[in-house]
Amino acid sequence: MIWLGIETSNAPLSVAIVRDGEVLSEIVQNTKSTHSVTCMPTIEEVFRKTNLKPVDIDAVAVSEGPGSYTGLRIGVTIAKTLSWTLKKPLVGISSLKVLASNVELFDGIICTMFDARRKNVYAAVYKGKELKTIIPEHHGSLEELLQQLKEYQETIMFVGSDVKKFKEEIQSVLGEQAKFAPPSLNLPRASKLIELAEKEPLPTLEMVHSFVPKYHRLAEAEANWLKAHQKEQKG
Amino acid sequence: MENLILAIETSCDETAASVIRNGNEILSNVVASQIDSQKRFGGVVPEIASRHHVEQITVVIEEALEKASIVPSDLDAVAVTEGPGLVGALLIGINAAKAFAFAHGLPIIGVHHIAGHIYASALVEPMKFPLLALVVSGGHTELIYMKEHGSFEVIGETRDDAAGEAYDKVARVLNLPYPGGPHIDRMAHEAKKGVDFPRAWLEDTYDFSFSGLKSAVINYKHNLEQRGQSIVPEEVAKGFQDSVVEVLTTKTIKAAKELGVKQVIVAGGVSANRGLRESLSKALEQEGIPFTAPPLSLCTDNAAMIGACAAYMFEAGVRSDLSMNGLPGKELKSWSNTDDKLR
Ligand SMILES: Nc1ncnc2c1ncn2[C@@H]1O[C@H](COP(=O)(O)OP(=O)(O)OP(=O)(O)O)[C@@H](O)[C@H]1O
Ligand SMILES: [Mg+2]
Repeated sequence: MIWLGIETSNAPLSVAIVRDGEVLSEIVQNTKSTHSVTCMPTIEEVFRKTNLKPVDIDAVAVSEGPGSYTGLRIGVTIAKTLSWTLKKPLVGISSLKVLASNVELFDGIICTMFDARRKNVYAAVYKGKELKTIIPEHHGSLEELLQQLKEYQETIMFVGSDVKKFKEEIQSVLGEQAKFAPPSLNLPRASKLIELAEKEPLPTLEMVHSFVPKYHRLAEAEANWLKAHQKEQKG
Repeated sequence: MENLILAIETSCDETAASVIRNGNEILSNVVASQIDSQKRFGGVVPEIASRHHVEQITVVIEEALEKASIVPSDLDAVAVTEGPGLVGALLIGINAAKAFAFAHGLPIIGVHHIAGHIYASALVEPMKFPLLALVVSGGHTELIYMKEHGSFEVIGETRDDAAGEAYDKVARVLNLPYPGGPHIDRMAHEAKKGVDFPRAWLEDTYDFSFSGLKSAVINYKHNLEQRGQSIVPEEVAKGFQDSVVEVLTTKTIKAAKELGVKQVIVAGGVSANRGLRESLSKALEQEGIPFTAPPLSLCTDNAAMIGACAAYMFEAGVRSDLSMNGLPGKELKSWSNTDDKLR
Protein backbone atom coordinates (compact mmCIF):
# COMPACT_ATOMS: atom_id res chain seq x y z
CA MET A 1 0.00 0.00 0.00
CA ILE A 2 1.51 3.33 -1.11
CA TRP A 3 0.42 6.57 0.55
CA LEU A 4 0.92 10.17 -0.43
CA GLY A 5 0.67 12.55 2.53
CA ILE A 6 0.15 16.31 2.25
CA GLU A 7 0.38 18.74 5.16
CA THR A 8 -0.07 22.47 4.52
CA SER A 9 -2.26 23.48 7.44
CA ASN A 10 0.09 26.19 8.67
CA ALA A 11 3.31 27.88 7.55
CA PRO A 12 5.41 24.67 7.45
CA LEU A 13 5.01 22.31 4.51
CA SER A 14 5.44 18.56 4.53
CA VAL A 15 4.94 15.93 1.85
CA ALA A 16 5.75 12.22 2.11
CA ILE A 17 5.41 8.94 0.29
CA VAL A 18 5.15 5.87 2.50
CA ARG A 19 5.07 2.28 1.23
CA ASP A 20 3.78 -0.44 3.55
CA GLY A 21 4.66 1.55 6.63
CA GLU A 22 8.16 2.49 5.34
CA VAL A 23 8.91 6.13 4.69
CA LEU A 24 10.35 6.27 1.16
CA SER A 25 10.71 10.02 0.97
CA GLU A 26 9.68 12.92 3.12
CA ILE A 27 10.17 16.65 2.84
CA VAL A 28 9.65 18.94 5.80
CA GLN A 29 10.07 22.61 5.12
CA ASN A 30 9.74 25.66 7.31
CA THR A 31 10.42 28.58 5.00
CA LYS A 32 8.42 31.66 4.16
CA SER A 33 7.51 30.41 0.69
CA THR A 34 3.83 30.11 -0.07
CA HIS A 35 2.23 26.69 -0.33
CA SER A 36 0.57 27.61 -3.59
CA VAL A 37 3.99 27.95 -5.20
CA THR A 38 5.85 25.15 -3.42
CA CYS A 39 3.36 22.40 -2.66
CA MET A 40 2.93 20.89 -6.15
CA PRO A 41 6.65 21.09 -7.04
CA THR A 42 7.40 19.39 -3.68
CA ILE A 43 4.92 16.62 -4.47
CA GLU A 44 6.56 16.21 -7.87
CA GLU A 45 9.93 15.99 -6.11
CA VAL A 46 8.95 13.13 -3.78
CA PHE A 47 7.56 11.20 -6.74
CA ARG A 48 10.77 11.78 -8.67
CA LYS A 49 12.93 10.72 -5.74
CA THR A 50 10.96 7.53 -5.22
CA ASN A 51 10.74 6.73 -8.93
CA LEU A 52 7.00 6.47 -8.61
CA LYS A 53 4.25 7.79 -10.84
CA PRO A 54 1.05 9.41 -9.63
CA VAL A 55 -0.97 6.32 -10.64
CA ASP A 56 1.20 4.15 -8.36
CA ILE A 57 -0.29 5.50 -5.14
CA ASP A 58 -3.13 3.68 -3.37
CA ALA A 59 -4.39 6.40 -1.06
CA VAL A 60 -3.96 10.05 -0.16
CA ALA A 61 -3.79 11.52 3.35
CA VAL A 62 -4.24 15.20 4.07
CA SER A 63 -4.13 17.37 7.13
CA GLU A 64 -7.71 18.63 7.28
CA GLY A 65 -7.49 21.46 9.80
CA PRO A 66 -7.70 23.53 11.80
CA GLY A 67 -5.07 25.98 10.62
CA SER A 68 -4.57 28.80 8.15
CA TYR A 69 -7.65 28.94 5.91
CA THR A 70 -5.66 29.43 2.72
CA GLY A 71 -3.05 26.84 3.68
CA LEU A 72 -5.72 24.25 4.42
CA ARG A 73 -7.51 24.94 1.15
CA ILE A 74 -4.35 24.50 -0.90
CA GLY A 75 -3.53 21.12 0.67
CA VAL A 76 -7.13 19.92 0.57
CA THR A 77 -7.70 21.07 -3.03
CA ILE A 78 -4.57 19.27 -4.22
CA ALA A 79 -5.34 16.14 -2.18
CA LYS A 80 -8.95 16.12 -3.29
CA THR A 81 -8.13 16.59 -6.97
CA LEU A 82 -5.44 13.88 -6.97
CA SER A 83 -7.65 11.50 -5.06
CA TRP A 84 -10.65 12.08 -7.30
CA THR A 85 -8.86 11.94 -10.64
CA LEU A 86 -6.63 8.99 -9.71
CA LYS A 87 -9.59 7.22 -8.08
CA LYS A 88 -7.82 6.61 -4.78
CA PRO A 89 -9.43 7.13 -1.37
CA LEU A 90 -8.75 10.30 0.63
CA VAL A 91 -8.31 10.31 4.40
CA GLY A 92 -8.33 13.53 6.40
CA ILE A 93 -6.61 13.80 9.77
CA SER A 94 -6.74 16.61 12.32
CA SER A 95 -3.74 18.86 11.86
CA LEU A 96 -3.50 19.20 15.66
CA LYS A 97 -3.34 15.42 16.00
CA VAL A 98 -0.63 15.19 13.35
CA LEU A 99 1.46 17.52 15.47
CA ALA A 100 0.66 15.64 18.68
CA SER A 101 1.87 12.40 17.10
CA ASN A 102 5.38 13.88 16.99
CA VAL A 103 5.56 13.25 20.75
CA GLU A 104 3.30 10.22 20.94
CA LEU A 105 5.90 8.34 23.00
CA PHE A 106 5.44 10.87 25.77
CA ASP A 107 3.30 9.15 28.38
CA GLY A 108 1.21 12.06 29.55
CA ILE A 109 -1.00 14.82 28.34
CA ILE A 110 -0.20 16.47 25.00
CA CYS A 111 -1.57 19.86 24.02
CA THR A 112 -1.13 21.15 20.47
CA MET A 113 -2.14 24.63 19.40
CA PHE A 114 -2.02 27.19 16.61
CA ASP A 115 -2.30 30.91 17.11
CA ALA A 116 -5.75 32.18 16.09
CA ARG A 117 -4.95 35.81 17.04
CA ARG A 118 -6.43 38.02 19.70
CA LYS A 119 -5.41 35.59 22.49
CA ASN A 120 -7.36 32.82 20.84
CA VAL A 121 -6.05 29.47 19.72
CA TYR A 122 -7.02 26.44 17.72
CA ALA A 123 -6.17 23.67 20.15
CA ALA A 124 -6.74 20.07 21.14
CA VAL A 125 -5.57 17.91 24.02
CA TYR A 126 -4.63 14.24 23.76
CA LYS A 127 -3.50 11.53 26.15
CA GLY A 128 -0.12 10.09 25.19
CA LYS A 129 0.67 6.76 23.48
CA GLU A 130 -2.77 6.12 21.99
CA LEU A 131 -3.42 9.84 21.38
CA LYS A 132 -6.85 9.55 22.88
CA THR A 133 -8.65 12.87 22.45
CA ILE A 134 -9.48 14.45 25.79
CA ILE A 135 -10.27 17.97 24.59
CA PRO A 136 -11.34 17.91 20.93
CA GLU A 137 -10.12 20.30 18.26
CA HIS A 138 -11.69 23.69 18.83
CA HIS A 139 -11.28 27.43 18.52
CA GLY A 140 -11.30 29.26 21.82
CA SER A 141 -9.50 31.47 24.28
CA LEU A 142 -6.05 30.46 25.47
CA GLU A 143 -6.98 31.54 28.98
CA GLU A 144 -9.89 29.09 29.23
CA LEU A 145 -7.83 26.27 27.80
CA LEU A 146 -5.06 26.81 30.35
CA GLN A 147 -7.56 26.82 33.22
CA GLN A 148 -8.95 23.51 31.96
CA LEU A 149 -5.47 22.05 31.69
CA LYS A 150 -4.58 23.10 35.24
CA GLU A 151 -7.30 20.77 36.55
CA TYR A 152 -5.50 17.69 35.22
CA GLN A 153 -2.66 18.07 37.74
CA GLU A 154 -0.39 16.18 35.35
CA THR A 155 2.59 17.15 33.23
CA ILE A 156 1.47 18.64 29.94
CA MET A 157 3.62 18.63 26.81
CA PHE A 158 3.03 21.62 24.53
CA VAL A 159 3.76 21.12 20.84
CA GLY A 160 3.64 23.49 17.88
CA SER A 161 5.60 26.34 16.33
CA ASP A 162 3.19 28.89 17.80
CA VAL A 163 3.61 27.66 21.38
CA LYS A 164 6.62 29.91 21.96
CA LYS A 165 4.39 32.97 21.49
CA PHE A 166 2.37 31.90 24.51
CA LYS A 167 5.15 30.43 26.64
CA GLU A 168 4.99 33.10 29.33
CA GLU A 169 1.26 32.89 29.70
CA ILE A 170 1.34 29.09 29.78
CA GLN A 171 4.04 29.08 32.45
CA SER A 172 2.29 31.69 34.54
CA VAL A 173 -0.79 29.48 34.77
CA LEU A 174 0.75 26.00 34.74
CA GLY A 175 4.25 26.58 36.16
CA GLU A 176 6.24 23.34 36.36
CA GLN A 177 3.28 21.41 34.99
CA ALA A 178 4.13 22.67 31.50
CA LYS A 179 6.79 21.03 29.32
CA PHE A 180 7.77 22.20 25.85
CA ALA A 181 8.71 20.08 22.86
CA PRO A 182 12.08 20.77 21.20
CA PRO A 183 11.83 22.87 17.99
CA SER A 184 12.40 19.92 15.64
CA LEU A 185 9.24 18.28 16.97
CA ASN A 186 7.18 21.41 16.44
CA LEU A 187 7.02 20.85 12.69
CA PRO A 188 4.27 18.61 11.36
CA ARG A 189 5.44 15.63 9.31
CA ALA A 190 3.51 14.07 6.49
CA SER A 191 4.86 10.63 7.47
CA LYS A 192 3.17 10.95 10.86
CA LEU A 193 0.02 12.10 9.09
CA ILE A 194 0.11 8.90 7.02
CA GLU A 195 0.69 6.75 10.14
CA LEU A 196 -2.48 8.19 11.61
CA ALA A 197 -4.38 7.84 8.34
CA GLU A 198 -3.44 4.15 8.10
CA LYS A 199 -5.36 3.51 11.30
CA GLU A 200 -8.55 4.96 9.84
CA PRO A 201 -11.03 3.06 7.70
CA LEU A 202 -10.71 3.98 4.01
CA PRO A 203 -13.66 6.15 2.90
CA THR A 204 -15.41 5.33 -0.36
CA LEU A 205 -14.41 7.20 -3.51
CA GLU A 206 -17.75 9.02 -3.57
CA MET A 207 -16.77 10.78 -0.35
CA VAL A 208 -14.01 12.73 -2.11
CA HIS A 209 -16.28 15.35 -3.71
CA SER A 210 -17.74 16.47 -0.39
CA PHE A 211 -14.38 16.61 1.40
CA VAL A 212 -13.69 20.09 2.80
CA PRO A 213 -11.25 21.49 5.36
CA LYS A 214 -12.32 21.52 8.98
CA TYR A 215 -11.92 25.22 9.69
CA HIS A 216 -13.42 24.98 13.20
CA ARG A 217 -14.64 28.50 12.66
CA LEU A 218 -17.28 30.17 10.53
CA ALA A 219 -16.20 32.83 8.09
CA GLU A 220 -16.69 36.19 9.79
CA ALA A 221 -19.39 37.32 7.35
CA GLU A 222 -21.25 34.05 7.83
CA ALA A 223 -21.12 34.37 11.63
CA ASN A 224 -22.41 37.96 11.47
CA TRP A 225 -25.15 36.97 9.07
CA LEU A 226 -26.28 34.13 11.34
CA LYS A 227 -26.31 36.45 14.34
CA ALA A 228 -28.41 39.04 12.53
CA HIS A 229 -30.69 36.34 11.19
CA GLN A 230 -31.29 34.69 14.53
CA LYS A 231 -32.19 38.07 16.01
CA GLU A 232 -34.64 38.61 13.18
CA GLN A 233 -36.28 35.26 13.81
CA LYS A 234 -36.60 35.91 17.52
CA GLY A 235 -38.27 39.20 16.58
CA MET B 1 -5.48 24.31 -34.99
CA GLU B 2 -6.09 20.98 -33.32
CA ASN B 3 -6.19 20.64 -29.56
CA LEU B 4 -8.38 19.58 -26.68
CA ILE B 5 -8.24 21.62 -23.50
CA LEU B 6 -9.72 21.32 -20.02
CA ALA B 7 -10.20 24.83 -18.62
CA ILE B 8 -10.89 25.89 -15.05
CA GLU B 9 -11.99 29.30 -13.78
CA THR B 10 -12.43 30.32 -10.11
CA SER B 11 -11.43 33.98 -10.09
CA CYS B 12 -14.52 35.30 -8.31
CA ASP B 13 -17.77 33.63 -7.29
CA GLU B 14 -18.35 31.02 -9.99
CA THR B 15 -16.68 27.62 -9.96
CA ALA B 16 -16.39 26.72 -13.62
CA ALA B 17 -14.87 24.04 -15.86
CA SER B 18 -15.12 23.43 -19.57
CA VAL B 19 -13.71 21.27 -22.34
CA ILE B 20 -12.88 23.12 -25.57
CA ARG B 21 -11.89 21.55 -28.87
CA ASN B 22 -9.74 23.47 -31.36
CA GLY B 23 -10.35 26.78 -29.64
CA ASN B 24 -13.87 27.17 -30.95
CA GLU B 25 -16.00 24.16 -30.09
CA ILE B 26 -17.59 23.90 -26.64
CA LEU B 27 -17.82 20.25 -25.61
CA SER B 28 -18.96 21.22 -22.12
CA ASN B 29 -19.33 24.41 -20.11
CA VAL B 30 -20.20 23.89 -16.43
CA VAL B 31 -20.71 26.82 -14.06
CA ALA B 32 -21.61 26.47 -10.38
CA SER B 33 -22.68 29.88 -9.18
CA GLN B 34 -22.49 31.00 -5.56
CA ILE B 35 -24.89 33.83 -6.11
CA ASP B 36 -27.54 32.46 -3.73
CA SER B 37 -25.03 32.30 -0.92
CA GLN B 38 -23.28 35.59 -1.70
CA LYS B 39 -26.60 37.45 -2.04
CA ARG B 40 -26.94 37.28 1.74
CA PHE B 41 -23.99 39.62 2.05
CA GLY B 42 -24.91 42.06 -0.73
CA GLY B 43 -21.68 41.31 -2.59
CA VAL B 44 -18.95 38.74 -2.89
CA VAL B 45 -17.20 37.91 0.40
CA PRO B 46 -13.77 36.52 -0.52
CA GLU B 47 -13.52 33.98 2.32
CA ILE B 48 -16.98 32.62 1.54
CA ALA B 49 -16.10 32.43 -2.16
CA SER B 50 -12.97 30.39 -1.42
CA ARG B 51 -14.89 28.00 0.81
CA HIS B 52 -17.51 27.35 -1.84
CA HIS B 53 -14.87 26.77 -4.51
CA VAL B 54 -13.32 23.94 -2.44
CA GLU B 55 -16.76 22.35 -2.06
CA GLN B 56 -17.48 22.49 -5.78
CA ILE B 57 -14.20 22.13 -7.61
CA THR B 58 -13.94 18.38 -8.26
CA VAL B 59 -17.68 18.04 -8.89
CA VAL B 60 -17.55 20.75 -11.53
CA ILE B 61 -14.46 19.36 -13.28
CA GLU B 62 -15.93 15.86 -13.28
CA GLU B 63 -19.16 17.12 -14.81
CA ALA B 64 -17.24 19.00 -17.51
CA LEU B 65 -15.30 15.86 -18.49
CA GLU B 66 -18.40 13.66 -18.41
CA LYS B 67 -20.54 16.02 -20.46
CA ALA B 68 -17.74 16.24 -23.02
CA SER B 69 -17.45 12.42 -22.98
CA ILE B 70 -13.70 12.56 -22.73
CA VAL B 71 -11.07 11.02 -20.45
CA PRO B 72 -7.94 12.79 -19.21
CA SER B 73 -5.69 10.99 -21.71
CA ASP B 74 -7.63 12.65 -24.58
CA LEU B 75 -6.52 16.10 -23.40
CA ASP B 76 -3.60 18.17 -24.68
CA ALA B 77 -3.42 20.64 -21.78
CA VAL B 78 -5.06 22.01 -18.66
CA ALA B 79 -5.78 25.75 -18.59
CA VAL B 80 -6.67 27.85 -15.58
CA THR B 81 -7.30 31.49 -14.75
CA GLU B 82 -4.09 32.80 -13.16
CA GLY B 83 -5.46 36.29 -12.45
CA PRO B 84 -6.67 38.94 -11.93
CA GLY B 85 -9.28 38.07 -9.35
CA LEU B 86 -9.68 37.23 -5.67
CA VAL B 87 -6.44 35.55 -4.68
CA GLY B 88 -8.00 32.96 -2.36
CA ALA B 89 -10.52 32.05 -5.03
CA LEU B 90 -7.90 31.86 -7.81
CA LEU B 91 -5.79 29.50 -5.71
CA ILE B 92 -8.47 26.80 -5.67
CA GLY B 93 -8.71 26.59 -9.46
CA ILE B 94 -4.95 26.87 -9.86
CA ASN B 95 -4.10 24.13 -7.38
CA ALA B 96 -6.78 21.82 -8.73
CA ALA B 97 -5.50 22.44 -12.27
CA LYS B 98 -1.91 21.79 -11.24
CA ALA B 99 -2.82 18.58 -9.38
CA PHE B 100 -4.88 17.35 -12.32
CA ALA B 101 -2.15 18.20 -14.83
CA PHE B 102 0.47 16.47 -12.69
CA ALA B 103 -1.68 13.36 -12.22
CA HIS B 104 -2.00 12.93 -15.99
CA GLY B 105 1.32 14.33 -17.17
CA LEU B 106 -0.33 17.25 -19.00
CA PRO B 107 1.09 20.74 -19.62
CA ILE B 108 -0.54 23.61 -17.77
CA ILE B 109 -1.39 27.06 -19.11
CA GLY B 110 -2.13 30.12 -16.94
CA VAL B 111 -4.67 32.41 -18.59
CA HIS B 112 -5.43 36.09 -18.00
CA HIS B 113 -9.07 36.48 -17.00
CA ILE B 114 -9.69 39.46 -19.28
CA ALA B 115 -7.99 37.78 -22.23
CA GLY B 116 -10.45 34.98 -21.52
CA HIS B 117 -13.41 37.37 -21.63
CA ILE B 118 -12.20 38.63 -25.02
CA TYR B 119 -11.73 35.12 -26.43
CA ALA B 120 -15.34 34.27 -25.61
CA SER B 121 -15.98 35.78 -29.04
CA ALA B 122 -13.79 33.11 -30.70
CA LEU B 123 -16.43 30.61 -29.60
CA VAL B 124 -18.98 32.47 -31.69
CA GLU B 125 -17.01 33.26 -34.84
CA PRO B 126 -13.35 33.57 -35.86
CA MET B 127 -11.71 36.77 -34.65
CA LYS B 128 -10.84 39.27 -37.38
CA PHE B 129 -7.77 41.45 -36.86
CA PRO B 130 -7.09 44.18 -36.12
CA LEU B 131 -9.81 43.96 -33.52
CA LEU B 132 -11.17 46.19 -30.79
CA ALA B 133 -12.60 44.69 -27.61
CA LEU B 134 -14.74 46.55 -25.12
CA VAL B 135 -14.46 44.67 -21.84
CA VAL B 136 -17.11 45.74 -19.37
CA SER B 137 -17.45 43.68 -16.19
CA GLY B 138 -17.68 43.88 -12.42
CA GLY B 139 -14.02 44.77 -12.10
CA HIS B 140 -13.02 46.12 -15.51
CA THR B 141 -13.93 48.69 -18.14
CA GLU B 142 -11.32 48.64 -20.87
CA LEU B 143 -10.87 49.18 -24.57
CA ILE B 144 -8.30 46.72 -25.86
CA TYR B 145 -6.72 46.75 -29.31
CA MET B 146 -5.53 43.46 -30.77
CA LYS B 147 -3.57 43.43 -33.99
CA GLU B 148 -3.35 39.63 -33.97
CA HIS B 149 -3.88 36.64 -31.68
CA GLY B 150 -2.12 37.10 -28.37
CA SER B 151 -1.40 40.78 -28.81
CA PHE B 152 -3.13 43.13 -26.41
CA GLU B 153 -2.88 46.87 -26.05
CA VAL B 154 -5.08 48.57 -23.46
CA ILE B 155 -5.91 51.88 -25.14
CA GLY B 156 -8.41 53.06 -22.54
CA GLU B 157 -9.60 52.07 -19.11
CA THR B 158 -11.65 53.36 -16.23
CA ARG B 159 -9.96 55.79 -13.90
CA ASP B 160 -12.24 54.91 -10.99
CA ASP B 161 -15.23 52.55 -10.86
CA ALA B 162 -15.73 49.77 -13.38
CA ALA B 163 -19.04 49.93 -15.25
CA GLY B 164 -20.42 46.88 -13.44
CA GLU B 165 -19.32 48.29 -10.11
CA ALA B 166 -21.16 51.54 -10.91
CA TYR B 167 -24.26 49.53 -11.81
CA ASP B 168 -24.08 47.64 -8.53
CA LYS B 169 -23.50 50.80 -6.46
CA VAL B 170 -26.35 52.67 -8.07
CA ALA B 171 -28.53 49.59 -7.59
CA ARG B 172 -27.78 49.77 -3.88
CA VAL B 173 -28.85 53.43 -3.85
CA LEU B 174 -32.13 52.28 -5.41
CA ASN B 175 -32.44 49.46 -2.85
CA LEU B 176 -32.18 46.74 -5.49
CA PRO B 177 -30.76 43.31 -4.67
CA TYR B 178 -27.22 42.25 -5.62
CA PRO B 179 -26.10 42.09 -8.38
CA GLY B 180 -27.94 45.18 -9.46
CA GLY B 181 -26.96 45.39 -13.14
CA PRO B 182 -29.80 43.25 -14.54
CA HIS B 183 -32.40 45.09 -12.37
CA ILE B 184 -31.31 48.52 -13.55
CA ASP B 185 -31.30 47.27 -17.13
CA ARG B 186 -34.88 45.98 -16.77
CA MET B 187 -36.14 49.14 -15.03
CA ALA B 188 -34.46 51.36 -17.61
CA HIS B 189 -36.50 49.61 -20.28
CA GLU B 190 -39.72 50.17 -18.33
CA ALA B 191 -39.19 53.92 -18.03
CA LYS B 192 -40.67 56.39 -20.50
CA LYS B 193 -38.13 59.10 -19.76
CA GLY B 194 -34.86 59.27 -17.92
CA VAL B 195 -33.34 61.73 -15.48
CA ASP B 196 -30.70 63.85 -17.16
CA PHE B 197 -27.38 62.80 -15.65
CA PRO B 198 -23.94 64.03 -16.75
CA ARG B 199 -21.57 62.15 -19.08
CA ALA B 200 -17.87 61.93 -18.26
CA TRP B 201 -16.22 62.44 -21.63
CA LEU B 202 -12.58 62.83 -20.53
CA GLU B 203 -11.71 64.49 -23.84
CA ASP B 204 -8.79 63.22 -25.94
CA THR B 205 -8.50 59.87 -24.21
CA TYR B 206 -10.23 56.55 -24.41
CA ASP B 207 -10.38 56.42 -20.62
CA PHE B 208 -13.61 56.22 -18.69
CA SER B 209 -14.89 57.51 -15.37
CA PHE B 210 -18.11 56.48 -13.67
CA SER B 211 -17.75 57.68 -10.09
CA GLY B 212 -19.01 61.18 -10.92
CA LEU B 213 -22.14 59.69 -12.43
CA LYS B 214 -22.65 57.57 -9.35
CA SER B 215 -22.33 60.67 -7.14
CA ALA B 216 -24.78 62.54 -9.38
CA VAL B 217 -27.35 59.78 -8.80
CA ILE B 218 -26.80 59.90 -5.04
CA ASN B 219 -27.09 63.72 -4.99
CA TYR B 220 -30.21 63.67 -7.13
CA LYS B 221 -31.93 61.27 -4.72
CA HIS B 222 -30.71 63.21 -1.70
CA ASN B 223 -31.92 66.56 -3.07
CA LEU B 224 -35.40 65.28 -3.84
CA GLU B 225 -35.68 63.63 -0.45
CA GLN B 226 -34.66 66.87 1.27
CA ARG B 227 -37.57 68.53 -0.45
CA GLY B 228 -39.82 65.76 0.80
CA GLN B 229 -40.17 64.25 -2.66
CA SER B 230 -39.20 60.80 -3.77
CA ILE B 231 -37.49 59.57 -6.89
CA VAL B 232 -39.01 57.49 -9.67
CA PRO B 233 -36.54 54.59 -9.61
CA GLU B 234 -37.22 53.62 -13.25
CA GLU B 235 -36.38 57.16 -14.42
CA VAL B 236 -33.18 57.16 -12.40
CA ALA B 237 -32.28 53.75 -13.81
CA LYS B 238 -32.87 54.94 -17.36
CA GLY B 239 -30.97 58.19 -16.85
CA PHE B 240 -28.03 56.32 -15.39
CA GLN B 241 -28.02 53.64 -18.07
CA ASP B 242 -28.32 56.17 -20.89
CA SER B 243 -25.25 57.98 -19.61
CA VAL B 244 -23.17 54.80 -19.27
CA VAL B 245 -24.25 53.43 -22.64
CA GLU B 246 -23.71 56.67 -24.53
CA VAL B 247 -20.16 57.10 -23.23
CA LEU B 248 -19.23 53.45 -23.83
CA THR B 249 -20.69 53.49 -27.34
CA THR B 250 -19.23 56.83 -28.41
CA LYS B 251 -15.71 55.97 -27.26
CA THR B 252 -15.85 52.51 -28.78
CA ILE B 253 -16.96 53.85 -32.17
CA LYS B 254 -14.35 56.58 -32.11
CA ALA B 255 -11.56 54.12 -31.35
CA ALA B 256 -12.83 51.58 -33.89
CA LYS B 257 -12.81 54.20 -36.65
CA GLU B 258 -9.50 55.72 -35.70
CA LEU B 259 -7.76 52.34 -35.53
CA GLY B 260 -9.49 50.98 -38.60
CA VAL B 261 -10.44 47.71 -36.98
CA LYS B 262 -12.11 44.85 -38.84
CA GLN B 263 -14.20 43.71 -35.87
CA VAL B 264 -15.49 45.03 -32.56
CA ILE B 265 -16.35 42.65 -29.76
CA VAL B 266 -17.92 43.27 -26.41
CA ALA B 267 -17.19 41.06 -23.41
CA GLY B 268 -17.74 40.79 -19.66
CA GLY B 269 -20.84 40.68 -17.47
CA VAL B 270 -22.10 44.19 -18.31
CA SER B 271 -22.23 43.24 -22.00
CA ALA B 272 -25.38 41.35 -20.99
CA ASN B 273 -26.92 44.82 -20.91
CA ARG B 274 -29.62 45.15 -23.55
CA GLY B 275 -29.24 48.89 -23.87
CA LEU B 276 -25.51 48.58 -24.49
CA ARG B 277 -25.87 45.76 -27.03
CA GLU B 278 -28.54 47.60 -28.99
CA SER B 279 -26.63 50.85 -29.00
CA LEU B 280 -23.29 49.29 -30.03
CA SER B 281 -24.86 47.12 -32.66
CA LYS B 282 -26.75 50.02 -34.21
CA ALA B 283 -23.82 52.42 -34.22
CA LEU B 284 -21.39 49.84 -35.62
CA GLU B 285 -23.80 48.82 -38.31
CA GLN B 286 -23.95 52.45 -39.42
CA GLU B 287 -20.15 52.46 -39.64
CA GLY B 288 -20.10 49.12 -41.42
CA ILE B 289 -17.88 47.50 -38.80
CA PRO B 290 -18.69 43.86 -37.89
CA PHE B 291 -19.79 43.49 -34.29
CA THR B 292 -19.76 40.36 -32.11
CA ALA B 293 -21.52 40.06 -28.77
CA PRO B 294 -21.21 36.53 -27.40
CA PRO B 295 -24.32 34.98 -25.82
CA LEU B 296 -24.90 35.94 -22.19
CA SER B 297 -23.68 32.58 -20.87
CA LEU B 298 -20.26 33.36 -22.36
CA CYS B 299 -20.21 36.98 -21.13
CA THR B 300 -20.37 36.30 -17.41
CA ASP B 301 -17.56 34.31 -15.82
CA ASN B 302 -17.15 30.87 -17.38
CA ALA B 303 -14.36 28.44 -18.19
CA ALA B 304 -15.16 28.03 -21.89
CA MET B 305 -13.67 31.46 -22.60
CA ILE B 306 -10.52 30.46 -20.67
CA GLY B 307 -10.28 27.30 -22.78
CA ALA B 308 -10.73 29.24 -26.02
CA CYS B 309 -7.93 31.63 -25.08
CA ALA B 310 -5.71 28.76 -23.89
CA ALA B 311 -6.12 26.97 -27.22
CA TYR B 312 -4.31 29.83 -28.96
CA MET B 313 -1.72 30.05 -26.19
CA PHE B 314 -1.13 26.31 -26.53
CA GLU B 315 -0.50 26.70 -30.28
CA ALA B 316 1.91 29.55 -29.57
CA GLY B 317 3.84 27.31 -27.17
CA VAL B 318 2.93 29.25 -24.01
CA ARG B 319 3.27 27.07 -20.90
CA SER B 320 3.25 27.56 -17.14
CA ASP B 321 4.60 25.11 -14.58
CA LEU B 322 3.68 23.56 -11.24
CA SER B 323 4.89 26.61 -9.34
CA MET B 324 2.13 28.79 -10.83
CA ASN B 325 0.69 31.14 -8.20
CA GLY B 326 -2.52 33.17 -8.11
CA LEU B 327 -1.88 36.70 -9.37
CA PRO B 328 -4.69 38.94 -8.08
CA GLY B 329 -3.34 41.93 -10.03
CA LYS B 330 -2.03 40.11 -13.10
CA GLU B 331 -1.29 42.45 -15.99
CA LEU B 332 -2.63 41.81 -19.45
CA LYS B 333 0.49 41.04 -21.46
CA SER B 334 0.84 39.96 -25.04
CA TRP B 335 2.01 36.43 -25.66
CA SER B 336 2.54 36.81 -29.40
CA ASN B 337 6.22 37.07 -30.30
CA THR B 338 5.99 39.83 -32.84
CA ASP B 339 7.01 43.29 -31.81
CA ASP B 340 4.24 45.03 -29.99
CA LYS B 341 4.73 48.60 -31.18
CA LEU B 342 1.48 49.65 -32.67
CA ARG B 343 0.35 52.11 -35.29
N1 LIG C 1 -27.95 43.39 -17.82
C1 LIG C 1 -26.95 43.98 -17.17
N2 LIG C 1 -26.76 45.31 -17.23
C2 LIG C 1 -25.74 45.91 -16.60
N3 LIG C 1 -24.88 45.27 -15.83
C3 LIG C 1 -25.02 43.93 -15.71
C4 LIG C 1 -26.04 43.21 -16.37
N4 LIG C 1 -25.90 41.90 -16.06
C5 LIG C 1 -24.84 41.81 -15.24
N5 LIG C 1 -24.32 43.03 -15.01
C6 LIG C 1 -23.18 43.37 -14.17
O1 LIG C 1 -22.06 42.61 -14.55
C7 LIG C 1 -21.18 42.48 -13.43
C8 LIG C 1 -20.69 41.08 -13.35
O2 LIG C 1 -19.94 40.82 -14.50
P1 LIG C 1 -18.77 39.76 -14.48
O3 LIG C 1 -19.28 38.51 -13.87
O4 LIG C 1 -18.17 39.68 -15.83
O5 LIG C 1 -17.80 40.54 -13.53
P2 LIG C 1 -16.67 39.93 -12.66
O6 LIG C 1 -16.26 38.64 -13.27
O7 LIG C 1 -17.10 39.99 -11.26
O8 LIG C 1 -15.52 41.01 -12.87
P3 LIG C 1 -14.11 40.84 -13.61
O9 LIG C 1 -14.34 39.95 -14.79
O10 LIG C 1 -13.75 42.22 -14.00
O11 LIG C 1 -13.22 40.24 -12.61
C9 LIG C 1 -21.97 42.91 -12.21
O12 LIG C 1 -21.47 44.16 -11.81
C10 LIG C 1 -23.40 43.00 -12.73
O13 LIG C 1 -24.17 43.97 -12.06
MG1 LIG D 1 -15.28 38.23 -15.06
